[in-house]
Amino acid sequence: MTDVSRAREALVTRILEGDGRASPAQRRAAFAREGLDEPLQTLVRKVAEHAHRVTDADVAAARAAGLSEDQVFELVVCAAVGQASRQYDAALAALRAAEGT
Amino acid sequence: MRLAILDGGHGLGTKALFALIRAFSRQDVLDVIKLVKYRPEFYGGPMQGVTHEAMRGPSAWLVGDRELMAAVVARANECEWCTRAHTAVAEGAYGDRAKVSAVLTDLESAPIGEPLRATLRMLRKLTTGHSVDADDMRALRAAGVSRAQIEDALAVSFAFNTTARLADAFGFTVPGPEAFAAGAKYLLARGYR
Repeated sequence: MTDVSRAREALVTRILEGDGRASPAQRRAAFAREGLDEPLQTLVRKVAEHAHRVTDADVAAARAAGLSEDQVFELVVCAAVGQASRQYDAALAALRAAEGT
Repeated sequence: MRLAILDGGHGLGTKALFALIRAFSRQDVLDVIKLVKYRPEFYGGPMQGVTHEAMRGPSAWLVGDRELMAAVVARANECEWCTRAHTAVAEGAYGDRAKVSAVLTDLESAPIGEPLRATLRMLRKLTTGHSVDADDMRALRAAGVSRAQIEDALAVSFAFNTTARLADAFGFTVPGPEAFAAGAKYLLARGYR
């Protein structure tokens, strides 16, 4: 494994399994972009699919639903890393398929 | 930013560091720095490790090539903050503003080599469509891009597909060109750690 893939795995392990203010189940759901209650589900989906469309209202709605700023911080990080990870894994799988390995 | 903790929730030592940065650079602290320094044991620390390795670790790609990849990924995400930031770093790394601007205006006619052009094309597709297939990768190999170069480019893409999402979701403030120029100078001298 290369240094960068090791560093990436350490990041993913840290945000999903390390100490946090959001529960590990919520962090895993944000990473996977599914299985969260509204309005958090909408925020997480927007972060994953088109983050430039996230609005003040999306973040305010998550706060109004009872999440602390630290919980929103963690769950948005998990959503962003999750989507970038799915892209990365899909591209590496395509590379392996092209190389026949 | 949309979360007050990211603007002002840092520890005292970090606040002192920010005061020094403001004094020496005569610029406000960039929002990306505030992000990675907020509870750095959760995200910023491990992420800086990934980004530094992807952008400054050993690779057949030049630093300028990797910064250009970051700018192209940022543009494909429609992230204005990251596009401006990495356009400035790529310009500084290459010492060539025209080349960077040509790539962001029209990748197909820009004056760059075919391996880099093919790689940027793949990163753009991966970023906007969230996937690529084996034929896309075969096209890259046919254009003369090594397997290791593809893996290196994918690491850059991972770092900036993450950062662009956070810049937009947290609502980074886009500063003037002087602030990005100061940031670019720092990143070229010190890297991402």
